[in-house]
Amino acid sequence: MLIATPQTMRFHAPLLLQSGASIHGYSLSYETYGTLNADKSNAVLVCHALNASHHVAGVYEGQDKSEGWWDNMIGPGKSVDTDKFFVIGVNNLGSCFGSTGPMHTHPDTGKVYGADFPVVTVEDWVNAQAKLLDTLGIETLAAVLGGSLGGMQALSWTLQYPERMRHAVVVASAPNLTAENIAFNEVARRAIVTDPDFHGGHFYEHGVIPKRGLRIARMIGHITYLSDDVMNEKFGRELKDAVLASANGYKYSTQDVEFQIESYLRYQGDKFAEYFDANTYLLITRALDYFDPAKAFGGDLSQALARTRAKFLLVSFTTDWRFSPKRSREVVKALLDNKREVSYAEIDAPHGHDAFLLDDARYMSVMRSYFDSISTGLEVAA
Amino acid sequence: MTDVNTLHAIASLVPQGSRVLDLGCGDGAMLDYLQRERGCSGYGVELDDANVLACVKRGANVLQLNLDQGLTVFEDASFDVVLQIDTLQHLRNAETMLIETARVGRVGIVAFPNFAHWPNRLSVLQGRMPVTKRLPYQWYDTPNIRVGTHADLAVLAQRNGLRVLDSFGLQDGQTVRFLPNLRAGTSVYKLAR
Repeated sequence: MLIATPQTMRFHAPLLLQSGASIHGYSLSYETYGTLNADKSNAVLVCHALNASHHVAGVYEGQDKSEGWWDNMIGPGKSVDTDKFFVIGVNNLGSCFGSTGPMHTHPDTGKVYGADFPVVTVEDWVNAQAKLLDTLGIETLAAVLGGSLGGMQALSWTLQYPERMRHAVVVASAPNLTAENIAFNEVARRAIVTDPDFHGGHFYEHGVIPKRGLRIARMIGHITYLSDDVMNEKFGRELKDAVLASANGYKYSTQDVEFQIESYLRYQGDKFAEYFDANTYLLITRALDYFDPAKAFGGDLSQALARTRAKFLLVSFTTDWRFSPKRSREVVKALLDNKREVSYAEIDAPHGHDAFLLDDARYMSVMRSYFDSISTGLEVAA
Repeated sequence: MTDVNTLHAIASLVPQGSRVLDLGCGDGAMLDYLQRERGCSGYGVELDDANVLACVKRGANVLQLNLDQGLTVFEDASFDVVLQIDTLQHLRNAETMLIETARVGRVGIVAFPNFAHWPNRLSVLQGRMPVTKRLPYQWYDTPNIRVGTHADLAVLAQRNGLRVLDSFGLQDGQTVRFLPNLRAGTSVYKLAR
């Protein structure tokens, strides 16, 4: 079993953000797995999505059930083999798993950031990740890998630091969000900010947490991460026992859980509200909304991707309607227009957007084969 | 069509250093060969999961797309050569794909089983659909939904205003230029707009 050890890197020099603001005296939590080779050519950076962290793989000492969020993909002998690669997971700035975020204290004012935490973008995260690599002495990455919002970071890496990476692996992602996608984010945000416990983002000093808002945000998210088919298969129209026990098979209440799907969503919502920060949710969904590398090129993604140098693997899932295959194909087309090396796998998986975190033999073998080819390249170069 | 001689015969039509698109690239053997032996670059398009995986394993660029949905991701004349080897006969929109091949590539190379090859004719004369090494399927489970001949493709090309730069048959890895419609199991066309 791979044992993970979280680490923290502190940065004193200010990081200039896209917004024009800057942040200093911040820290990033990260984990590494495997060994950096002598010529430092086998490093793989893993970027996380909305609610994940630097804990990508392995378990924490003495905590059997603490597997990292991509432990099925990354580890010794796995698709991304930590016997061959030095894998780095970083918690993004503004997140709530250890890196500096809204729940931390502003070094100048001595007050908790709360709603005053600066707006961060995908580009800012990538810049911060690059600073971490600088301090780790890693100039060039063998690959940057990410799913969903993590895939956006991998794509942004190819634009911001084209000379510092050889491969980009972009899974279940998109070159920007559609209006519908922003709309889902907005409903989730409204649930949070209209919670009376939100206090304009300064709820920490009131000793409360806007849990109702967080729960609803998570419920909406979960609906969009699954496919209609999978939800039907898992829950169908199944009722809770209390409803079945009622005399006529109906039980109309305003508060009780009546269908199984409601039970599932509430469970997910409750769990999420216990560990996730409301301000982080707002920050990260905004970063998602604003990501749009084509914007500076009048919406022309092909022009935007002219700067890329990396070889790409893109993966999408047929039933993913939040980050649909169509969106990945837009990236493929833009790369083709630029004559970039690209492979694209469209996995016929039933699980919707969630599929990128699940075990699917075809998905895992494509990833394994691609990373094997990267490591073969390393041996040839060495 | 895994026969090495056939692969070489078709590969020899692809100029050195070409940018190639291989539609229905299978396990990527042709792309791999063109990259290694003829200094070509490019991509394969494939629908089958196992084939996509085989291509990734070889390190060949492969795009998992359904050819029956067209070639909209590719710009006009964006490739020197577009290959369609043993693919055309599986496509519902075979005619559109032939035109698309010539649109995307400066040159299109199409190879497909020639149903007018004499053993096939003999079989049909005896009242049965052919089942041969080249056409190993029974009529009721064949993936070859477009049954055409070497002569048929010339007509289709002309109908769509495509120029035939070259055409010949292939049999046992040998080029057949004399009576190819009768003597070759595989038909090969080199086309341009």
